[in-house]
Amino acid sequence: MSGSEEEKVHRTIEQVARESYGRLVAYLSVHTRDLAGAEDALSEALVKALTTWPRNGVPQNPEGWLLTIARRSVIDVIRHERVVSESEPTLLLLKENTGEAIMSTEFPDERLKLLFVCAHPAIDPTMHTPLMLQAVLGLDAARIAGAFLIPPKTMGQRLVRAKTKIRDGGIRFEIPDQRDLPQRLDAVLDAIYAAFGIGWDDMAGVEQRGRDLAEEATWLARVLLKLMPHEAEVCGLLALMLHCEARRAARRGSNGGYVPLSNQDPKLWSLSLMEEAECHLAEASKHGRPGRFQLEAAIQSVHAERVRNGRIEWTAIVQFYEQLNRIAPTIGRRTGYAAALAEANGAERGLAILDAIDQDAVSAYQPYWAVRAHLLQLLGKRPEAQHAYDRAIGLAEDPAVREFLLEKRG
Amino acid sequence: MQFALLIYESPEAFASRKSDGAEAYTGAWRAYHKALVDAGVFVGGDPLEVSETGTTIRIKEGKRGVQDGPYADTKEQLGGFTIIEVPSLEAALEWAARCPAASYGAVEVRPLALETRRRIVE
Repeated sequence: MSGSEEEKVHRTIEQVARESYGRLVAYLSVHTRDLAGAEDALSEALVKALTTWPRNGVPQNPEGWLLTIARRSVIDVIRHERVVSESEPTLLLLKENTGEAIMSTEFPDERLKLLFVCAHPAIDPTMHTPLMLQAVLGLDAARIAGAFLIPPKTMGQRLVRAKTKIRDGGIRFEIPDQRDLPQRLDAVLDAIYAAFGIGWDDMAGVEQRGRDLAEEATWLARVLLKLMPHEAEVCGLLALMLHCEARRAARRGSNGGYVPLSNQDPKLWSLSLMEEAECHLAEASKHGRPGRFQLEAAIQSVHAERVRNGRIEWTAIVQFYEQLNRIAPTIGRRTGYAAALAEANGAERGLAILDAIDQDAVSAYQPYWAVRAHLLQLLGKRPEAQHAYDRAIGLAEDPAVREFLLEKRG
Repeated sequence: MQFALLIYESPEAFASRKSDGAEAYTGAWRAYHKALVDAGVFVGGDPLEVSETGTTIRIKEGKRGVQDGPYADTKEQLGGFTIIEVPSLEAALEWAARCPAASYGAVEVRPLALETRRRIVE
């Protein structure tokens, strides 16, 4: 096989791994509850593919091929551990569902159960997102650790601990019943959005390590929407992410400098992503069940309107923030409300909102200080503004943001 | 918990303290320092002179050895350190990430040897 053909096979393997990883892990672990075992089996199968496919060609159903190989090693491990008698039903299930016929047939998509397991209330909430990134997307611990600012070894240990808890703690792979669903779904949405937020900040970095976390999170939201097409908040979450993604190219100036949202050139926004976001948001509103992600998306949708009418309807944004802060207040949303209110009704009004926020809660919250500095500057309070700018600059992680604020500070 | 942020800087960064870029350099550091102090996590710390001004002393098998220059020779040299008081390693890493040197050099976070310090001080 020539070099380029071999490269093609490698690309195919990468693509299959990307598309099918979560489906395969979900399917392999749903009966055994053994996530780590399923991941090991799948990576063994992928290694085997790397040696076999370039020699024998890519099989007709690559996903089925991987499943067959991985399933065999799952069964081998269970046998090896001499727990055959206890696991007999599991073995039978695996066999029944994944007979050789799998080579040509479909197998059920169990990723929704896997997502609910990753964000299970019995699992430490700080591990929901890392677990999802690993189990559903196949990201390695080192990469996840970097994004979360955690030493790789620690992250690895925490992932192992969480998986052990899933296996031994009686956590069931199931879709929660109607009574628990809203709360359980919230945890899944939060975990996906956390990955997006981290990826979004991370994206500013010079280093581009393949797909960034924001893209991975958007992928997760798409998967979730496919599995739960009738949940308004799932539509809302995806709409929110797509609106942010649409502005990717506009977030940096030609010199690499930071460009805040209201100064961005709308011509650089992606119309197709914005349109897609609007479709999801419209779909969500049909359900008549507003929620935090729909409201957040609605705010972004108002900003997106600027592409058509050239201005920002701050009054509409203020109203959405008021609703948001009624149902789910956070420091971030109160800060956003203050900024919008200042635009709509004057800096004084915005500053009053900021003043009412508990100072201890914002001591390390950068956007609060950036907004505060801006409003104080507008009001001509120079020394206070400079103090707030210093706080905002000192808390910034992105050098471009730091430079932008240093310049504004003067 | 207390942590030291060990700050690594390139010769160019050291030079920029004194050249035309000094205002951007100093401004970022001033702001970071202020943020640490205002957030109540700052314990202590200072910038250091270039590594060439350092001296390494080593006692090997009871013999004193004095050597000019730094201990390790890499492209980035230790340019300073900051001691912060935060509840966990995660919190320390968050502050390290905000450190200006994290984007133009490297910052090493290392727990302080408080037990050793106690033994030395007492």
